[in-house]
Amino acid sequence: MSDPMAEIRASFFIECEELLESLQDGLQMMDDGSTDSETINIVFRAVHSIKGGAGAFGLDDLVQFAHRFETAMDEVRSGNFHPDSEAIRLFFTCADILGDLVRAARDDTPPPNDQIAPVLEKLDLLVGVEEEEDEDLDFTPMTLSLDLGDTPPLGLDDAGALADLPPLTFDTPVGKGFIISFKPENALYSSGNEPLYLFRALRDLGDLSVRCDISGLPALASIDPNCGYLSWALTLVTEEPEQAVREVFEFVDGLCALSISPLTDDNSALPAPEPEVTYPEPDVIPEIETKAAEAPVTQPEPAQTAPAQSAKSTGAPTQPRATVRVDLERIDRLVNLVGELVINQAMLSQSVVETGLPPNSPVSTGLEEFLQLTRDIQESVMMIRAQPIKSLFQRMGRIVREASASVNKEVKFHTDGETTEVDKTVIERLADPLTHMIRNAVDHGFETTEDRIASGKPSAGIVTLSAQHRSGRIVIEISDDGAGIDRERVKAKALEKGLIPEDAQLSDGDIDNLLFLPGFSTASEISNLSGRGVGMDVVKSAIQALGGRISISSQQGKGTTFSISLPLTLAVLDGMVVQVAGETLVVPLNAILETLTLTDQDLRQLGPETHVVQIRGGFVPLLDLGAELGYREPETSYVGATVLLIGQEDGNRAALAVDAIEDQRQVVIKGLEGSYGRVPGIAAATILGDGQIALILDPTDLVTQASGRTRVRAFPKALAG
Amino acid sequence: MTDIDKQTDPASIELLSFRVGGQDYSVDIMSVREIRGSAKATSLPHAPFFVKGVINLRGTVLPIIDLAARLGLQADTDKDRNVIIVVDIAGRTAGLMVDAVSDILAIPSEDMQLPPDLAADETRTFVSALTIVDGRMIRILDLDTVMPPQGEEAA
Repeated sequence: MSDPMAEIRASFFIECEELLESLQDGLQMMDDGSTDSETINIVFRAVHSIKGGAGAFGLDDLVQFAHRFETAMDEVRSGNFHPDSEAIRLFFTCADILGDLVRAARDDTPPPNDQIAPVLEKLDLLVGVEEEEDEDLDFTPMTLSLDLGDTPPLGLDDAGALADLPPLTFDTPVGKGFIISFKPENALYSSGNEPLYLFRALRDLGDLSVRCDISGLPALASIDPNCGYLSWALTLVTEEPEQAVREVFEFVDGLCALSISPLTDDNSALPAPEPEVTYPEPDVIPEIETKAAEAPVTQPEPAQTAPAQSAKSTGAPTQPRATVRVDLERIDRLVNLVGELVINQAMLSQSVVETGLPPNSPVSTGLEEFLQLTRDIQESVMMIRAQPIKSLFQRMGRIVREASASVNKEVKFHTDGETTEVDKTVIERLADPLTHMIRNAVDHGFETTEDRIASGKPSAGIVTLSAQHRSGRIVIEISDDGAGIDRERVKAKALEKGLIPEDAQLSDGDIDNLLFLPGFSTASEISNLSGRGVGMDVVKSAIQALGGRISISSQQGKGTTFSISLPLTLAVLDGMVVQVAGETLVVPLNAILETLTLTDQDLRQLGPETHVVQIRGGFVPLLDLGAELGYREPETSYVGATVLLIGQEDGNRAALAVDAIEDQRQVVIKGLEGSYGRVPGIAAATILGDGQIALILDPTDLVTQASGRTRVRAFPKALAG
Repeated sequence: MTDIDKQTDPASIELLSFRVGGQDYSVDIMSVREIRGSAKATSLPHAPFFVKGVINLRGTVLPIIDLAARLGLQADTDKDRNVIIVVDIAGRTAGLMVDAVSDILAIPSEDMQLPPDLAADETRTFVSALTIVDGRMIRILDLDTVMPPQGEEAA
């Protein structure tokens, strides 16, 4: 049905993401001082597996870079090179570029070539001075043959096999000759290649002996004339470098299972045991096309089995827990269904109450249990959508490294609680605001290194990113140990920009919150890092769009902490249920600052048809929710009316008059756009316990759309919170 | 029964006929998802006059169109006896509020007539064909014109 190659590619890239993650982990451990060979092996193995897989797909850029990186890591692994923090930082950069290359290959976008060359240069400088031998000569990528003609779509396991290729060793001496095992795939023949010519070319390089392995040949009756069954074991005695041998096979790259290994004293005796080693089970060979991906996994050389095994055993701890990959759509459907179950349950409870059954009747107790179960199911289903926030944190690690390098500050990055599980959509949509905040922290949060030393702090600043569950919400904190918010400067800046009046009396918290005002940026000079005109107000609106809240706490000289609180999922929402003109509406709780009952003193008439509410010295426009939604005409008097004070992203406030506040509860969000279309002022709908649909208000949209009776004016000194 | 009819007479179209505003209308039965009783609709702000609002159809949000209002007819005042026909319109699902469902009819396609061109009458644009059953004229509703275009609502 679908292109099998595309499927394999897709799973390769998924594997790559996982490998990149363990690569980051390993480097982080090395950065934290681990010199454990297991850690180094994890890093090496990750790079190697990416290279191996990339080779199979002909992703040359990726292979080349991964190879250089791998060579360097091999130096570390073999103990020839002991990386200092400088080197590890370089390795981090390499890992970032490797990730970029993987993504470039996946999305078919141009690779970041301009970054590669300088990094490779540094890498060579770093590792090359330690080691005189040119490691490039030992390049032995694994070529994998994927014969699409006969191959059924390969599942994920096969891609796993691609990635699980054991590493090759590179520390064997060069110069004596090579043992080559060569197993052409059908595609090699069908593309017009001929092994004989390859062997002739090899013969020109040195003394060649050829052994044909016919163990794969089936009985005459079952031979498919279109298939090749033969494989060869060749011994080449030559002074030529391996690169020369490899070039011979350049044009059949990807069309055969090829392994080239240096001839050593142990195995120069000859390829007598070779066929058995290469293909432990001769009967498997006729099926080789379907198992193409597995074939090259077998290691031809006894000399190489040891490192291969050690890599396997060390790889074990990083093995991810057993997981199932499920289409996101299916999970969403399940989430929806459970949402309906919750609604149904609520309806059932309500009708049981209406029948007037005594509270301790079997029906009521059974229903109670049902309620508990439904809640548990809902929670479990939501958890399926959740994934550890680790991947996001790792991306932020990169931001810290890049940002600190570009402003020349030494910054360490710590994470905490990276196994905290958060809804997938939330993670995706958090990336931008977090990036911005991390950049801000590095750029504005920290003093210069000299200032830090002068004030008795360690020269390296620390950015800590932490995540945790707290009372049904996710709390993400970004803290730095920098200078803290310079409130004098912030206030001066706000005055200068006309964001606050001259005589404003602001508490420390108020001043901190000024950062969230649009058009506010504290950096006196616009660095190339942050301060591009997008300020914290953008961050704040992005967080609020996720149903979250953000707050700052800062201590002069000690540092600043931004705290983001997010709902566990986007499928449910905390709302206040209100009555307006006989309709039930839900107002998102995170938009409501407070609720109050209007008195005569609060209410001021502004224009002929508009009112403002006076709240603690500030004036807030009054909106009649019923009138704004077109349910009724504006009331004659609002004295005694219940109003919700709505705070907006841009710091504007509005007072919404409603008839009554009924309840505060979690509601399941149902989109309106799919079935009807967008409704101004309305974000979505939900189904209440009685089966009725209630609309969920979009306060920002409502206030911006509000017209006629009341005009909303930006009231600059009004601050959220 | 419906299946048999379809097989024996491929040239006929099955229609679900109903009464709205004292007139007989019908829709192609293949576009009908279900018929259900009326429920209290939650009204939508800034909606066209003929959109009654939305109701909960087993967990999904179903927009309800007051067909009498849409066609410019006098609506039956006894709202409780109204019936909702859930139909698929161009990939979207909507409920048509009608007075009562009458019958399922199999009409040979040659018995269908194009409505005469009377520019003064607004309802004409909603009718794709006419036919006569037992002396009554049945109007065949052009469902695509009933729903407001998507752009109209996306204010």
